Amino acid sequence: MKKIHLNKASRVNYATYGMVIAAYLVLQLLGNMGMLSSTMRGQLVPICAYVAMALSLNLTVGVLGDLSLGHGGFMSVGAFAGAVAAAVLPIGSDGLRLACAMLTGALFAALVGVLVGIPVLRLNGDYLAIVTLAFGQIIKSIVENLYIGMDSKGLHADFLNNTMALGEGGRMILNGPMGINGIQKISSFTAGFILVMLILVVIFHLVGSRAGRAIMALRDNRIAAESVGIPVTKYKLMAFVISAAMAGAAGTLFALGQNTITANKFDFNTSILILVFVVLGGQGKMWGSILAATFLTVLPETPAMRGLADYRMLVYAVVMILVMLATNSPAVQDFVNARFRKKKKKEGVGQ
Amino acid sequence: MKKFLAMLLAVVMTMGLVACGGNNQGKSPSDGGSQPSGSGAATIKIGGVGPLTGGAAIYGNAAKGGAEIAAEEINALGGLQIDLRYEDDAHDPEKSVNAYNTLKDWGMQVFLGSVTSGPGAATAAESNADHMFYLTPSASSTDVIGGVANPLTGTVDINRRDNVFQMCFVDPNQGSASAQYIKDNGLGSKIAVIYKNDDIYSTGIYNSFAAKAAELGLEIVSTTTFTTDSQTDFSVQIADAKNNGADLVYLPTYYEANALILTQANAAGYNPKYFGVDGMDGILSVKGFDTSLAEGVMLLTPFNADAEDEATKSFVKKYQEKYGDIPNQFAADAYDCVYAIYNALQGEVVSADTSASDLCDILIDNFTTMTFDGLTGESMTWADTGAVSKTPKGMYIQDGAYVGMD
Repeated sequence: MKKIHLNKASRVNYATYGMVIAAYLVLQLLGNMGMLSSTMRGQLVPICAYVAMALSLNLTVGVLGDLSLGHGGFMSVGAFAGAVAAAVLPIGSDGLRLACAMLTGALFAALVGVLVGIPVLRLNGDYLAIVTLAFGQIIKSIVENLYIGMDSKGLHADFLNNTMALGEGGRMILNGPMGINGIQKISSFTAGFILVMLILVVIFHLVGSRAGRAIMALRDNRIAAESVGIPVTKYKLMAFVISAAMAGAAGTLFALGQNTITANKFDFNTSILILVFVVLGGQGKMWGSILAATFLTVLPETPAMRGLADYRMLVYAVVMILVMLATNSPAVQDFVNARFRKKKKKEGVGQ
Repeated sequence: MKKFLAMLLAVVMTMGLVACGGNNQGKSPSDGGSQPSGSGAATIKIGGVGPLTGGAAIYGNAAKGGAEIAAEEINALGGLQIDLRYEDDAHDPEKSVNAYNTLKDWGMQVFLGSVTSGPGAATAAESNADHMFYLTPSASSTDVIGGVANPLTGTVDINRRDNVFQMCFVDPNQGSASAQYIKDNGLGSKIAVIYKNDDIYSTGIYNSFAAKAAELGLEIVSTTTFTTDSQTDFSVQIADAKNNGADLVYLPTYYEANALILTQANAAGYNPKYFGVDGMDGILSVKGFDTSLAEGVMLLTPFNADAEDEATKSFVKKYQEKYGDIPNQFAADAYDCVYAIYNALQGEVVSADTSASDLCDILIDNFTTMTFDGLTGESMTWADTGAVSKTPKGMYIQDGAYVGMD
């Protein structure tokens, strides 16, 4: 019995890897043949970033079982730390600079994750949701008041007011509420694909490990888990910080694929959007998050939706409600189950 | 396993559909669109991006309306035909790049730019990489054209984008012109400034105003800011200006915020003089705003809907018939943009097949040499910097109407 269960889990994992690799290969092929529209090509990097965000939040929400409404805050930390690093690092190769920037973004986000996690993870349920919500706002306010510039003497930073007197050849990097302008776009679809694959590997290995089982035990029954001696704070913090680091790397990927980023891009709405990806795809189901994030990012930019002009965002919201209803409706679930079971039976007969 | 294979297939097919859909969409209108204009007339595709939905929709829709009227007038002349399409960006840089890419898929040859400055900087970078001509009606920040030094640090943060031109005044001109105007006319001795510090438009004007004011020896007694999140309550900013005894409040912000500031200051018993820039234009059409509060408000604007000349009258009449509103400067700027492109293409051999890059070269040459008369200014010229040379008109509000100051 135990063996069968494990097999099923790893089958799901391999299928998820396969799905991501296949999607990457197909899109690369289409891109090389010139068959991808400019719209689609422009969205490849944001899609990867949103998929990575959804996966990272799914670790907190689906695996750890804690509701976080401030995940956009970690994305923001990663985006700004990474974009500043990319602007500062004197590395010629774009790929290497991107990797270093993502690492910086992930490190800063993980650091913030620890700081936030220590007080926050002592809370449960609604309290945690509200505190993470406030955290997202704090990050936004901090970034909106932060000024970073660089000249021949090195990096300069200022808070609240920009009083920097930059020397010859200097330039502003982060300009308070106006964010970072004129970013050199070094994110690529391949980098996004690698990030998503890395995140999947980390999550699947974590979930399958001893630590992962402890984390899931906390999710399923905290009191029972504590009673058998699982240290609550340690494992919660572990999952939370890993999730934050992934969000940071995703934020860097996103930022370095844009020309301009501002703090209010990563506000409450973004946090909720990512939560929507996770809920729509199914909590704890990584393949679901990938599909949901891709679908909901591409949907409003499809030619059919663009054709609706002013009603575009309204229709987008209606489609979202319908999909939620459909995936939660017992009738639809029964239908899917019935078909699935029938096929299984047939297979059985065939064998 | 089968379930996942099915899922995988579904993903691949969806992606394929999306990709193919994009291509088809891009081709079909160009096949049909160029036909009806007749044998001699070429059709060029002009695209524009702006906030048609969301909080900044008023600007995007005004620009779209102005551009549509110009395109209709030009198409009625029977010569070069214009196929105009606007896409929504909801005032978000990420979405504006998506909208720009959608227009590229459609086959856009000339880009009317973004309406607002933040997204404008993003689309300007994209169009620069594509060498697509970019003429924005209203994205006035120096970050859009690039190559202008930040007045606070004296450094150039973004290099000049040679394909980008502006129809509106560039922000620093407005800021320094305002300071000069206030100094020359002795409008105020103690000045308060309230600006929106997460908006590159407002911040750009403020920075140059502050630099020029210091140079001219104007006394700024209060400087307060607000952001998108806090643009409904101005009690702190108003109290600060009042307590510091400011007799003139400078508002380099858009008119909805200005309408609230005027209303809330009046409620607080504070009635200084107000001086605005082109974003103040439109304050009289804010719904529910008591226009008597705006009596005596001064502003710098390129366009006056009450002007008596034929061109303005005809434009205002058409706009009112079509959209039911009095056009603001965004509509007039966009109208001028379409005409400026049209004029620049006169005498050139262009067709629906001319590539965007070739058109860009032609337009850059012609824009830096031609002189253009439009609704928002006469004998406008463009320098290599992309900025337009036209002088802001000083106006003030009297009996609920704009009146020229000079």
